[in-house]
Amino acid sequence: MNPFTYSRAGDLDEAVREISDNDRAKFIAGGTNLVDLMKANVMHPTHLVDITRLGLSAIEETEEGGLRLGSLVTNAETAYHPQVAERYPLLANAILAGASPQLRNMATNGGNLLQRTRCYYFYDTATPCNKREPGSGCSALNGHNRIHAILGTSEHCIATHPSDMCVALAALEAVVRVTNRYGERAIPFADFHRLPGDTPHIDANLEPDEIITAVELPPRGFSQHFKYLKIRDRASYAFALVSVAVGLEMEGDTIREARLALGGVAHKPWRNLEAEALLVGNPANRETFKRAADRIVADARGYGSNSFKIELARRAVVRALNEAAK
Amino acid sequence: MTTNYIGKPTNRVDGYAKVTGGAKYAGEHNVPGLTYGVVVSSDIARGRISRIDASEALKLNGVLEVFTHENRPSLPWFDRNYQDQDQPPGSPFRPLYDNEIQFSQQPIALVVAETFELARYAASLVKVQYVREPHGTDLRAIQGQAYAPSKGKPSWKKPRPRGNAAQGMEQSIFKIEGRYDHAAEHHNPLEMHASTVVYEPSGKLTVYDKTQGVPNSQKYISRIFGLSKAQATVHAPFIGGAFGSGLRPQYQLFLAVMAALQLKRSVRVTLTRQQMFSFGHRPATIQRFELGADAEGKLQAVVHEAIQETSQFEDYTENVVNWSGTVYQCDNVEPTYKLVKLDTYTPLDMRAPGGATAMAAYEVAIDELAYAAGIDPLEFRLINYTERDPMQDLPYSSKELRACYRQAAERFGWSNRRPEPRSMRDGNELIGWGMATGIWEAEQKPAMAKAVLTADGKLTVSSATEDIGTGTYTIMTQIAAETLGLPLENVTFELGDSSMPEAPLQGGSWTAATVGSAVKSACLEVQKRLFEYAGSMPDSPLAKADADGVVFADGRIHLKHYPTIGVTIQDVLRHSGVDRIEEEVTTLPDMLRQKKYARFTHSAVFVEVKVDEDLGTVHVTRVVTAVAGGRILNPKTARSQVLGGVVWGIGMALEEESVLDHQFGRFINHDLAEYHVAVNLDVPPIDVIFVEENDTVVNPLGVKGLGEIGVVGTPAAIANAVFHATGKRLRDLPITLDKVM
Ligand SMILES: Cc1cc2nc3c(=O)[nH]c(=O)nc-3n(C[C@H](O)[C@H](O)[C@H](O)COP(=O)(O)OP(=O)(O)OC[C@H]3O[C@@H](n4cnc5c(N)ncnc54)[C@H](O)[C@@H]3O)c2cc1C
Ligand code: SF4
Repeated sequence: MNPFTYSRAGDLDEAVREISDNDRAKFIAGGTNLVDLMKANVMHPTHLVDITRLGLSAIEETEEGGLRLGSLVTNAETAYHPQVAERYPLLANAILAGASPQLRNMATNGGNLLQRTRCYYFYDTATPCNKREPGSGCSALNGHNRIHAILGTSEHCIATHPSDMCVALAALEAVVRVTNRYGERAIPFADFHRLPGDTPHIDANLEPDEIITAVELPPRGFSQHFKYLKIRDRASYAFALVSVAVGLEMEGDTIREARLALGGVAHKPWRNLEAEALLVGNPANRETFKRAADRIVADARGYGSNSFKIELARRAVVRALNEAAK
Repeated sequence: MTTNYIGKPTNRVDGYAKVTGGAKYAGEHNVPGLTYGVVVSSDIARGRISRIDASEALKLNGVLEVFTHENRPSLPWFDRNYQDQDQPPGSPFRPLYDNEIQFSQQPIALVVAETFELARYAASLVKVQYVREPHGTDLRAIQGQAYAPSKGKPSWKKPRPRGNAAQGMEQSIFKIEGRYDHAAEHHNPLEMHASTVVYEPSGKLTVYDKTQGVPNSQKYISRIFGLSKAQATVHAPFIGGAFGSGLRPQYQLFLAVMAALQLKRSVRVTLTRQQMFSFGHRPATIQRFELGADAEGKLQAVVHEAIQETSQFEDYTENVVNWSGTVYQCDNVEPTYKLVKLDTYTPLDMRAPGGATAMAAYEVAIDELAYAAGIDPLEFRLINYTERDPMQDLPYSSKELRACYRQAAERFGWSNRRPEPRSMRDGNELIGWGMATGIWEAEQKPAMAKAVLTADGKLTVSSATEDIGTGTYTIMTQIAAETLGLPLENVTFELGDSSMPEAPLQGGSWTAATVGSAVKSACLEVQKRLFEYAGSMPDSPLAKADADGVVFADGRIHLKHYPTIGVTIQDVLRHSGVDRIEEEVTTLPDMLRQKKYARFTHSAVFVEVKVDEDLGTVHVTRVVTAVAGGRILNPKTARSQVLGGVVWGIGMALEEESVLDHQFGRFINHDLAEYHVAVNLDVPPIDVIFVEENDTVVNPLGVKGLGEIGVVGTPAAIANAVFHATGKRLRDLPITLDKVM
């Protein structure tokens, strides 16, 4: 870990100014990811701007009837908030499937979106990694890639985005609110995270001097028919090998609307709109579910120790749809 | 009698200090002027350092020194100087000896600075250039290079065949054959390895080390740095788990002492979690079995091969293949044991070394044979039950394994099991019931202890052993208090100081038996003295009594048959005129008697799993284990030991795997986020039964030790339950979901 300076921003303007003035500055929220990465010598900010006192810690209704989650609200507060628990149980379940109570008490919504991959090699500076050191190579391609991606990979990086929360946000079609020097902008969730391509060192479509102020949930929460299924190597406190977030609108046994997002399989929460379309208007049965699942994994590719994820993802999608439709 | 503590559930005497932070661990002793050392580890597994440049680090204000092979003090380099009590044959690792890299994460420099933060930063500035050489770390790929070691560790028993296994196989009606692999595992105690060396102005060193042998560490540094016993003492009053990782002095001890002597400053070196993967581990093992049974299910042949990894520089050996010839009656046994040299650090004893390895595979093979013969797995084990140790051809000092099977099976409800695999179900999940036998050695070693009773009636007993969380402090206090009939509050047991009377390494599940016997014996010597003084008190009611006719209890010495007749120990001390009674003893096992018997702890483990076959996930939902471990000194700490062992078994069966990346020859999942140990949600209610077992041979206390038995049978019981649930025989541990689905 390198020496760094620290300041606590009093308001949004100050935070944005501080980050814009110093290209080696980073925001720190809960610190549960950033500090670990600094200790492992993976990230080397020389200045930390503490944003925990910016007053972005509220959960409130939006004009459209959705919910705005402040970026500094903790993961725990979000999951247990009555409005979230009641109207967006898919999100609450996804958050509670992640990390541990202690971590969720510290982790913030903004930080969760920007947490970095858990790729073993990314964390180990003795090994090449394009994400950590562009151009050095990808050790996971021919290495131990049990936790790595099967969809949307590139020859430069096969890492996954590790978040659970984001998988639910992708399914719910949340919107990320961002502020920068020039003002505000809104990023649809599907456009927030990136695929690795030949720039795996950039995780998200967010400029280094932009701050996330909130995540907005549209009114529809799929609170009747939903499922967050997380499959991992132990019963808790492990990242997803595969996870599936499902939200359905049902009319009798027929699926009227479907949202489906996968975690643990790609560099971003994975959605396949064709697969979702295959569900709509069809009866909620195994054949329908399998068709959608097959569509999703049709594009998948394994790299050795993660090849099992292809079949696992297929089965997980069927299971999650089945449970959500009940 | 209120002072009878043995066998009573007693709270940990060190519990309060531990939960309030009063207990200080090796890396927590703070002294003025303390400096901090951070270890730089090798990026490569094999080769040479061609250049190491510390200039950037040294430029920082507050960095005191960067020690490397180039500037280390000149030290004796003979192998014998680096000996330790748990050393395999070979040439022990010597930190900073030269520029050769023998394993990934080898310590190659120590940066010492005034603060930890500075040392850590400076360590990241040390630039190293390597000349890489090809490394071999893939056990499966190079198992063809396996050789039979001619020598092993002192505890290693050369495998001995008996009968004619080939013939036995031929005569068998039921046969199975299979290969069983398990991954390397690391101990991963909660507390990282650390040493704090306090440098006193006189040059004397007080060393706080994370070790399972303060005498071992003390002798190690004495030999290397030429220090007398008075010049350096080693202390380990509290240890945050070790599981075998502290049986050999680790390199942070060497580095901290070296730096303290060079800089004439106090130095602390604490390893990182990643560096906890840089030394000993349970070796990955490949085993093969051929088993045969006759029409009644009697074992006719056991062919057992094991190939284990070791380092290039030492032949680490475990007793693996010996266990299959020990557990059941069988006349034809053919064991083969081989090693393969890898470019890793030498493996190291880890909770039930060899035994957990062997039984995790053998008890699965036995289950397979039971299925082949169409016999209930428990019944099959009873058919092959042995009342004599077939290996040594000796009777057992005690063996209540039958009672273990019976009591655990009853509690578990084994008789309701449907034998066919896939026959039990709960919704989406398949239910499986499996069982296995556990066995471990019940040993006693020589040990010393000292007891001091002072005029205020307070007793202090000491021995240079450790408490790695096992409850040593507590049970020794109980033994001492009961022997002298004193209230627990009046008794203090001290340990973890190399200037105390010597005790062996804290391992092998022998500490209760070994140190317990020494403590008891020291207290008996004090008893003798007290009895003499009591008899010579004026008007002593015990003047005519003989030693056998009195009892020490409730703070008094009284006649056995007339408890009201006696004297208080306080009075005896007052009248005796002495201000202290001090006795030091050396207790040796009664070898003449012990060698006529085979001495083992046994257990039976019954497990229920629920398997989601679609997704491959396995949950252990119930465990019942019955243990025959001789006399139970403290049911509370004893139960904790077995619980911990079972939890380890769950980890070994389903989760734990130190993954070697062969591109780099490096353990790659080297943190606790990716090296999975069982978490609370993985651990179901565990029912521990202690079966009554009287043993007058193992040691004067009749105790057998419980630190390891819990882990031995559990992995196989789980694997067998998974088979019962799914019909899939999984022979490679850990059983992760990709193997099940
Ligand atoms: C052992 C362990 C297990 C875990 N298991 C899981 C799991 O199972 N599932 C899961 O989903 N997560 C898991 N996590 C990850 C955890 O959810 C994240 O670490 C956490 O959400 C990050 O939030 P934070 O506020 O602590 O972020 P920080 O560490 O403070 O920040 C992370 C990054 O986000 C940036 N940042 C933070 N806030 C903002 C903002 N408002 N605007 C712009 N940039 C910002 C920071 O600059 C930094 O780069 C685990 C973490 C650990 C340590
Ligand atoms: S997968 Fe991505 S993060 Fe992992 S080593 Fe390759 S480039 Fe680095």
